[in-house]
Amino acid sequence: MIQRIFNKNKATASEAVETVQQVSKQQTETIHVTIDGKPIDVEPRTTILDAAKRLGIRIPTLCHHEDLCKAGVCRVCLVEIEGARTLEASCSYPITRPLTIHTHTRKVRKARRHIIDLMLSSHYGECYSCTRNNNCELQALAKEYGVDSFRFGHLEKPRYEIDSSSYSVVRDMNKCILCRRCVNTCSELQGVGVLGVANRGADTKITAFADKPLANVVCINCGQCINRCPTGALKSNDSTDEIWNAIDNPEKHVVIQTAPAPRASIAECFGMEPGTPLTFEMNSALRLCGFDKVFDTNFTADLTIIEEGTELLMRLYKALVEKDESAVLPQFTSCSPGWIKYIEHFYPEMLGHVSSAKSPQQMFGAVIKTFYAKKHNIDPKDIVTVALMPCTAKKFECNRPEMNDSGYKDVDYGVTTRELAQMIKESGIHLPDMQKSDFDNPFGSATGSGVIFAASGGVMEAALRTVIELVMGVKVENVFEHADILPVRGFKGIKMAELKIENVGPVPDILKMHFKNWDWLKGATLKVAIAHGTANAKLVLEDIKNGGEFSQCHFIEFMACPGGCLGGGGQPRPTNADIRKARAKAIYAEDTAYNVRKSHENPAVAELYTKFLTDGPCGKRSHKLLHTHYTSRGKFIP
Amino acid sequence: MTADLNSFTFATIRPEEGIKTVLKKNSTDIIEMLKESRLKGRGGAGFPTALKWELAANAEREPKYVVCNADEGEPGTFKDRFILNHFPDLVIAGMTIGAMAIGSEKGVIYLRGEYSYLRNHLEYVLKTRRETGLLGENIFGRKGLNFDVEIRMGVGAYVCGEETCLIESLEGYRGEARNRPPFPVNAGFMGNSTIVNNVETFAWVTSIADKGVDWFKNIGTDKSSGLKLFSVSGDCEKPGIYEFPMGITIEELLKTVGAENTKAVQVGGASGCCIPAAEFNRTLAFEDCSTGGSIIVFGQHRDMLEVAENFLDFFAEESCGQCTPCREGNVKLLEGVKLLREGKCPMRYLQELCSLGETMQLASKCGLGQSSPNAFLSIVKNFKSEIMGRKSSNAIAG
Amino acid sequence: MFVTEQQNLINEISQLVKSHGTNRSALIPILSQIQKEYSYISEHAMLVVADMLEIPPVEVYGVASFYSFLDQKPKGKFIIRLCKTISCDMLGKDKVAGQLENELGIKFGETTKDGKFTLEWANCLGMCDKGPALLVNDQVFTSVTPEKVFDIVEGCRSMLNSNVLQ
Repeated sequence: MIQRIFNKNKATASEAVETVQQVSKQQTETIHVTIDGKPIDVEPRTTILDAAKRLGIRIPTLCHHEDLCKAGVCRVCLVEIEGARTLEASCSYPITRPLTIHTHTRKVRKARRHIIDLMLSSHYGECYSCTRNNNCELQALAKEYGVDSFRFGHLEKPRYEIDSSSYSVVRDMNKCILCRRCVNTCSELQGVGVLGVANRGADTKITAFADKPLANVVCINCGQCINRCPTGALKSNDSTDEIWNAIDNPEKHVVIQTAPAPRASIAECFGMEPGTPLTFEMNSALRLCGFDKVFDTNFTADLTIIEEGTELLMRLYKALVEKDESAVLPQFTSCSPGWIKYIEHFYPEMLGHVSSAKSPQQMFGAVIKTFYAKKHNIDPKDIVTVALMPCTAKKFECNRPEMNDSGYKDVDYGVTTRELAQMIKESGIHLPDMQKSDFDNPFGSATGSGVIFAASGGVMEAALRTVIELVMGVKVENVFEHADILPVRGFKGIKMAELKIENVGPVPDILKMHFKNWDWLKGATLKVAIAHGTANAKLVLEDIKNGGEFSQCHFIEFMACPGGCLGGGGQPRPTNADIRKARAKAIYAEDTAYNVRKSHENPAVAELYTKFLTDGPCGKRSHKLLHTHYTSRGKFIP
Repeated sequence: MTADLNSFTFATIRPEEGIKTVLKKNSTDIIEMLKESRLKGRGGAGFPTALKWELAANAEREPKYVVCNADEGEPGTFKDRFILNHFPDLVIAGMTIGAMAIGSEKGVIYLRGEYSYLRNHLEYVLKTRRETGLLGENIFGRKGLNFDVEIRMGVGAYVCGEETCLIESLEGYRGEARNRPPFPVNAGFMGNSTIVNNVETFAWVTSIADKGVDWFKNIGTDKSSGLKLFSVSGDCEKPGIYEFPMGITIEELLKTVGAENTKAVQVGGASGCCIPAAEFNRTLAFEDCSTGGSIIVFGQHRDMLEVAENFLDFFAEESCGQCTPCREGNVKLLEGVKLLREGKCPMRYLQELCSLGETMQLASKCGLGQSSPNAFLSIVKNFKSEIMGRKSSNAIAG
Repeated sequence: MFVTEQQNLINEISQLVKSHGTNRSALIPILSQIQKEYSYISEHAMLVVADMLEIPPVEVYGVASFYSFLDQKPKGKFIIRLCKTISCDMLGKDKVAGQLENELGIKFGETTKDGKFTLEWANCLGMCDKGPALLVNDQVFTSVTPEKVFDIVEGCRSMLNSNVLQ
């Protein structure tokens, strides 16, 4: 139903926020239920599954996912309700009257086993050759219910062709059990609506519009569907073979840049608790794998703040001082490639809002094949740049035809957290056992601001830290305790914050080519907003189109994935709100641990501007290397 | 087929008189009248009509809707087509009474696509009723009494006869069953309170209003009051529509339709049960052999395995494909029947399939899946020696 | 498809949307009307409808592929749907099917090369007492025998010749 509400939603984003608040206020009386003999009082409309969870009773599920609305299609979570004629799906049964429920009766166990047997009978493929081996919910259930043979047979031939047309997502529908998590993720959580259900009866399948390959529909490559698929039916388009080839080729200088989000999650691939950071262990492991240099993407995250921040100040100047109507505000961030593809497809008329600054990944690629190549006297054609990202859309991004400003493909391969964990395992390494080591120079030292790019609100916080210091001329710490800008943090889908610029300081050297003074900003209130998950992005965009409160903002951070990069489509499975919270905690802890926590204080960034991008941020050279343009794609793809 | 239209009770009903009686009553009284009549849904499930309407009358979500389920898709059923063709005024009058009972101004007839040739006729009837003040605003001269009916066409999906699927279809979605609760009486069409009743149910409501509760409740049995239309087809001399009191035996029915030498009767269509000759003394009533009116007669020469195969083929196609037990289960049962025909189904596997059938009855999301194994299970139970021991095709070829 | 044809389709669909409204519940009536006019719902038509009703195209496809009377591939002017459910089966639908294939030179599920006829199976048409039954578009024929098949097909052909359908 949430999906429906969303589709029909004409409400503004702020109304949506209010509705949520109202709903949480309502619940008053509770209902008494008994589950497996244990009593509990629950709020009306609590599902049986949630009530059981509170009692510590485990009910197996497949189509249900905490991030999504009620499902009720796979029927694995059936329970017996006293007095009911049939078994009921606990995930979608709202408690509205007192009930006596049994979760593991003979009938229930028999039914669950049958359902698992039925799923296995039409699930083609064997576990050895599956990327989900040992991390598959269907496999785990089969084990839990003692499946020892294919009771109702097993497919001997595949029914569907594998769709690997997309740079980001590979769909093998032979392994699909029609739980519809991907469909609900795509339409309800992300508001994209690329995946759907077609046909009926025995011919039912999950597909894209008119059975087209994913590359030919409006997929934004976010990979959220992969994160929620219980089987191996969805996976990322894996380039590790090509990366190994490059590593094994002595002619090639293979460097890897690592984004902040994977270091807070890769431990999960090695059986550790979510939120265990293994940043420096990973550096050692990557060198052992054979990468020649290990860089920190945070360097270009800091660079992004300088470029994007300068661009924002320039737009503001144009709008406020020059009264130039061509200055499009609010400015939108551009680091999330899923978000970029979303706006290219669904709101191409609003592309003028998007910062022209490339994402940190692409900036780094361009810098490596120019500045770094020159500095270390390596022919850029022999450099292979790999990007470790929490993201599947990054694979599409690095293959965009315009991303070759270095004269070469700026980033050769994107690799996800999951894929890199696999490479590390393949090298015989147990990551948690690694010694710690630092990143390589000349980009070694990053800042806390770069690290928090991984969380929703992180880009905004980093930008605000820099704006406060460069424009207001005061220490962030004097405005926000410990320089933690809490109003922009957290998992609320849409956040808004304001910063009153009471006083201004002198224009720092780095910006002197663009601005004489900040007097024009004195007394102004900087309004910013943050949205994560494209369904939320859609609400904000519609609000702006209708001249709502978000159109008054100056700067808005958008992230395609719920939670931001730490919930990215390339991150370890499973995912849920608790796991994402734990990862965020690790990210913010790392930020706090840095000596330098503000992008403009990054010495490597300063060096880049003094030695290489000598005409400053948003100058000619930076525009050639660090900025890009977008494609108006629209919804109709011929 | 049926000889004389005038032999049907419906031919004697004066729909406008029925409504006039009801006009004197308030919502509670109308529901009380139906309660007393003990009328149960004529679509097959047999839910008490009064209870459904009472829940809707007490529900809050407005505007409320009255939906007539004319998606008559159950194999062997055609009595709704007959009623819509010959007695449409009874149905629309029944919907009007329903509207008065629950407080609705909007009715929808969901007519199956296969019956689109009935549409013009029905539109004409609706138009005439509007022109004579029986539909539209201030109907029957009563100020503020508004009710109109719109026809919406189905587009070929048996499962849309299930009420939540029907509503999904009305809303423009795939006809897939909803999670319940909430039920349509609380959250139906467009999330509002909705009653969905079968064509025949509405016609009986009008009949009760006209002829009185006492007349109706004194026919039939305790748990199944009143009269019922039966659609009879298959191996008999006089297939067609028949009206019987609820509770007659299969034997009596067979005698009337000219089917003396019968091996089995499928009661309730593909989703019903196959009753062998030994049980022909059973009654057609909600408490025994429940049916929406489909009676399919099988002569001695029929191969019951072919019958089972035909039904399962039907369900494998018509399942909405949403829930695992129904989508995959029907395919497995169908494969099983084919194995039986080829003489390749050992007893152990047959038992496994029957056990699966029982799970489908319990675990499927909606009535389609829950009833789809009925025919298979009853054929296996009653005709085991007939369906087993077939020669495998290999053996014949060898 | 030529640009003018595309434009015509868009015009026609916007007319349909005007009369049925942009609410999601208008989707199936709109698709049915397109099906009636064009004998199928093309990809382009689905995209246009999706755009006008503000529904993801895949959902329009999902709906169109769910219902048997909505087609995504071009069909003949006359779609002949023969009931295959039990009562018609017992009354000899197989022989009627054989004769239909014979008469039209196509198998079930196929369309004649001239685009005039499509043969399809249908589930219960509600004519069980007078089987075998078949539908030709909206028109129902009952107690069909192999012999009558010829008359039915010829009837369709003469309708085409007299331009009744155009």
